[in-house]
Amino acid sequence: MNIDAGGPAIEVRGLSKRFGDKIVVDNVDLVVPSGRIMGFLGPNGSGKTTTIRMLCGLLRPDAGEGTCLGFDFRTQAREIKLRVGYMTQRFSLYEDLSIRENLEFVARVYNVAHPRKAVDQALEGLGLETRTAQLAGALSGGWKQRLALAACLLHEPKLLLLDEPTAGVDPKARREFWDHIHLLAARGMTVLVSTHYMDEAERCHALAYIAYGKLLAEGTAPEVIQQAGLHTWSVSGDGLNALAIELRALPGIDMVVPFGASLHVSGVDENKLETVLAPYRTRDELAWSRITPSLEDAFIRFMQQGQDNFQ
Amino acid sequence: MMGSYPFSLARFMAVLRKEFVQMRRDRLTFAMMIGVPLLQLVLFGFAINSDPKSLPTAVQVEDASELSRSFISAMQNSTYFRIDHIVNDHTEGNRLLQEGEVQFFVTIPQNFSRDLARGEHPTLLVEADATDPAATSNAITALQNLNYSAFQHDLRGPLSRFATVPPPFEVRIHRRYNPEGITQYNIVPGLMGVVLTMTMVMMTALSVTRERERGTMENLLATPVRPLEVMSGKIVPYIVIGYVQVLIILVLAKWLFGVPMLGSLTLLSIALIVYIAANLAVGFTFSTIATNQLQAMQMAFFFFLPSILLSGFMFPFRGMPQWAQMVGEIFPLTHFLRIVRGILLKGNNAAEILPHVWPIALFFLVMAIVALSRYRETLD
Repeated sequence: MNIDAGGPAIEVRGLSKRFGDKIVVDNVDLVVPSGRIMGFLGPNGSGKTTTIRMLCGLLRPDAGEGTCLGFDFRTQAREIKLRVGYMTQRFSLYEDLSIRENLEFVARVYNVAHPRKAVDQALEGLGLETRTAQLAGALSGGWKQRLALAACLLHEPKLLLLDEPTAGVDPKARREFWDHIHLLAARGMTVLVSTHYMDEAERCHALAYIAYGKLLAEGTAPEVIQQAGLHTWSVSGDGLNALAIELRALPGIDMVVPFGASLHVSGVDENKLETVLAPYRTRDELAWSRITPSLEDAFIRFMQQGQDNFQ
Repeated sequence: MMGSYPFSLARFMAVLRKEFVQMRRDRLTFAMMIGVPLLQLVLFGFAINSDPKSLPTAVQVEDASELSRSFISAMQNSTYFRIDHIVNDHTEGNRLLQEGEVQFFVTIPQNFSRDLARGEHPTLLVEADATDPAATSNAITALQNLNYSAFQHDLRGPLSRFATVPPPFEVRIHRRYNPEGITQYNIVPGLMGVVLTMTMVMMTALSVTRERERGTMENLLATPVRPLEVMSGKIVPYIVIGYVQVLIILVLAKWLFGVPMLGSLTLLSIALIVYIAANLAVGFTFSTIATNQLQAMQMAFFFFLPSILLSGFMFPFRGMPQWAQMVGEIFPLTHFLRIVRGILLKGNNAAEILPHVWPIALFFLVMAIVALSRYRETLD
């Protein structure tokens, strides 16, 4: 039952939340196995933040049951809070406290045994030993993110909930951040991380895609792509803009998405897609190749589906 | 410069339109802009009266005679006095003054009418609670004129010769507690209550709202910290600051203004705990309602304005109409003013200030319940 017994770190069923008459999270089932990194994806306003907040006891769910680290997430929020590190979307440490003061505050609030020592270690790990007196508000986006992560690791949580941790952070810092996350997972920590970046999604062990409050797909990256049920051609050459407009109007083509110098043309029905594309494939100025749909193709497809369901 | 980049009416209108839209969105600010003039109009127009009348008065009649009755009715006819206590001994009258039950205590001495008839110019003793000189000065003036007019009806026939100047009797006025009528004696201790209300309410309201506005509340709520820990942790520093403020005011009151300090300062600091707690609870309640620091400031101001106007700090409490006095009784400042003036100027003891302590305690209790029931451990 407890995480140490090898059960999933998060296991919730029928999770729902409404604000007024707007359903923000609608009957979501979510299982995150221990020691894995689960990517949580979906468009803005799809309910990712609300789901994460419900998991760590910041919001009361309207419906749903299940466990977080073996504790009932509806009634044992205190137990869960002690064992979860939550990194908010917006920087939520005190900008008018120094780096050290922030970390020591967090360490003390969690009753960490030797707060000073724990903070010293964290600062060393961050490479911030020389800037401990600097105010958190004066840090750049990347350093703020590192500080926030260090703060939610101080009490050695078993589960990390990261809400778009790398928004507005440069690629190098993002890469280092993900290396760190993988290191933590290798030591047995479970991570649920929401993101909009495809490269980050591909770094996760498993993915969950949510749109308009509904969970639309779950599994490894290939599984999620599979669930989208797309068949995709990539086309490059001249006049792609005009081609895109032309193709979008055709029946049997569900998605036309530009990717750099090429277009991804996808359809759910393989036969229909082949028939419709046949005349175009003979054109000299275009180079066609059959590809496996990318994760992004799959997500755009899910987003369309979600919209269709929603309307 | 204007020539090359002229004033554009369209751009000006764009800014103007945006301002009006934003003004409409911020309901509380809008309510303030309408509410404050209304509040001030009502308070200044109807509640505040710098010429207080119908002041509660105790009378001790040692000479039951026609003349005494005439004098008492003349006092009441002047509209400045409302005789609501007839006492039998001087101790009783003094107690009423000391506890602030009455503003005046009038003693009509034995053989008053006999001495008057003999032309011996008897003395009427009027003791006034002069802690607030503004509350008593007009009444005292009216009283001094009474000895010319009070007995016009009675001094007829053989007594008519006394109906002329000089007055037939003397009114001796004892301005108790503040004999020289020094306004500072009244204002400076009162200022203690005003300063505390202002800082305590505003600071607590801001300290919680700031967390919400800056987004740090989310992080705080995600930690195992409990509401009571947050509340007490945030409140204690302001209690300390409150006492520092009191200390500064007391020192300055003593050395700069020479305000008398008759009562026990220990008693004052105990009463202060209740008063500070009540104000902090108000601030905390506001912080659970306000969504940003500006709103918290506005709420604090909305509490502060009637507090200061209806408490008797700026204008005599007894000058206000009944409804305004009833509203005024709600505010902790009203009762604290009686406590601090009572202790410093009148030397009130614990038993004498107790009637003013429990209304503050009650206020605190109600506010604390509201604050705790509104405080959310979640972001809902």
